[in-house]
Amino acid sequence: MTRYLMPKLGADMTQGRLVQWCKKPGEKIERGETIAVIETDKVNVDAESFVTGVLEKILVEPRDDWLPVGTPLAVIRVDGEAPEETETAPAPMPTAAAAPPATPATAVHAAVPPAGAEAAMARLRISPAARKRVLDLGLDPARLEGSGPGGRITLEDVERTAAAAPAPAPAPASAAPAPAVAAATDRQARMRDAIATAMARSKREIPHYYLATTVDMANALAWLDTRNRERPVTERLLQGVLLVKATALALREVPELNGFWLDGRPQKSEAIHVGVAISLRGGGLVAPALHDADKASLDDLMRRLQELAQRARALSLRSSEMTDPTVTITSLGERGVESVFGIIYPPQLALVGFGKVVERPWVVAGEVKPRPVVVATLCGDHRATDGHRGALFLAAVDRLLQEPEKL
Amino acid sequence: MTLAPEEIRTRIVAALANVAPELEPATLAPNVDFRDQLDLDSMDFLNFAIGLSKTFGVDVPEADYRKLSTLDGCVAYFTARATA
Repeated sequence: MTRYLMPKLGADMTQGRLVQWCKKPGEKIERGETIAVIETDKVNVDAESFVTGVLEKILVEPRDDWLPVGTPLAVIRVDGEAPEETETAPAPMPTAAAAPPATPATAVHAAVPPAGAEAAMARLRISPAARKRVLDLGLDPARLEGSGPGGRITLEDVERTAAAAPAPAPAPASAAPAPAVAAATDRQARMRDAIATAMARSKREIPHYYLATTVDMANALAWLDTRNRERPVTERLLQGVLLVKATALALREVPELNGFWLDGRPQKSEAIHVGVAISLRGGGLVAPALHDADKASLDDLMRRLQELAQRARALSLRSSEMTDPTVTITSLGERGVESVFGIIYPPQLALVGFGKVVERPWVVAGEVKPRPVVVATLCGDHRATDGHRGALFLAAVDRLLQEPEKL
Repeated sequence: MTLAPEEIRTRIVAALANVAPELEPATLAPNVDFRDQLDLDSMDFLNFAIGLSKTFGVDVPEADYRKLSTLDGCVAYFTARATA
């Protein structure tokens, strides 16, 4: 049995509101399928299940009050497990006759990590993906057994432990909302609180360094103009898509900027999930993920960006979009300012910024010419990288944008 | 048959309200750039252009976007092009 807990959907989330169950007791649920709608301080999130199984019992009905991250919400019987009753009662029972909320055989799923989990894992041989998963699931690292080379703990080991391990203690009291937060009923105020929490943590913990370079956009914009001219309005690309793709490809060249700072160490991510900062009407912002942005075509990225922006504006996102970004891009768009130096969204390692494209005198082959240019910036975590590597990254972004047809 | 000016205006405002739900048509200034009045970004404006091309059945070339930046501009543009 696995307990489904109030998930932590980002560094800034301490509490959530259960809006709706999307599955009924006894219903089958696939990994990645939406199990419930959870309201965070920022948006409504379609919370996706981390396991495949059957929703055994609902512990909490949708309600108006805010529940701390880690609050048990439901019990899921993971595929392969017998219904709980067969262990204690000989007569077969319908699956709807569910387990009590906190049986010893109940494992935890989507919780805050137990205190010290990050530190405990620093001593383990464990893959970065498995490490992140442990923290997401709130597992006790001491329960993990490695089956990989040299006893290394793999993602599969974590999933197996998650499905089988006894539950750790309920969420620590520190995860409870601060009175000031609970009192702020209005979403705007809660949004500001959430941003304040994450950004203050970032500035407190992350020693940022900042780099900037000016990129000639003449080739990229000319290519975009030609391409868009041949297409109907529904198939046109925005320049932001070129910036996302160039960033994702440049991260392949300087992978140490892509990933997380966890338990005192940088954890590079092989997957490049680009969080795109989307400002919300009425204030505030979210930065949901464009998954595997380095592998996606420009058309595909455009379609997904459009859909993501629409859902972000409608305040409805998926949990994987909230928790998966390995890097964030902020672009102040076409009417903004010339450059932006942001604040890294913890526990990410870098934030990439683009100002607006402006026409400036530029020297091309010894002659001064008017050219469209954009200032690309990088905010890096100095614990993980140095300015030298950061500079190589920005140089790669520049180089990639000179050949837009290859993006 | 051409569309009545009021019908054109109504359809434009409806397309705009899709990207700026808090829009109050009565307070919309006819000569001020939508992007400034309503804080639209490039994605919003693209979605607005898509909405316009759907509602009027006319594809809008990217080069014409600047003509669509105000209410008056939009009305003039679609009065010249849209038929019922």
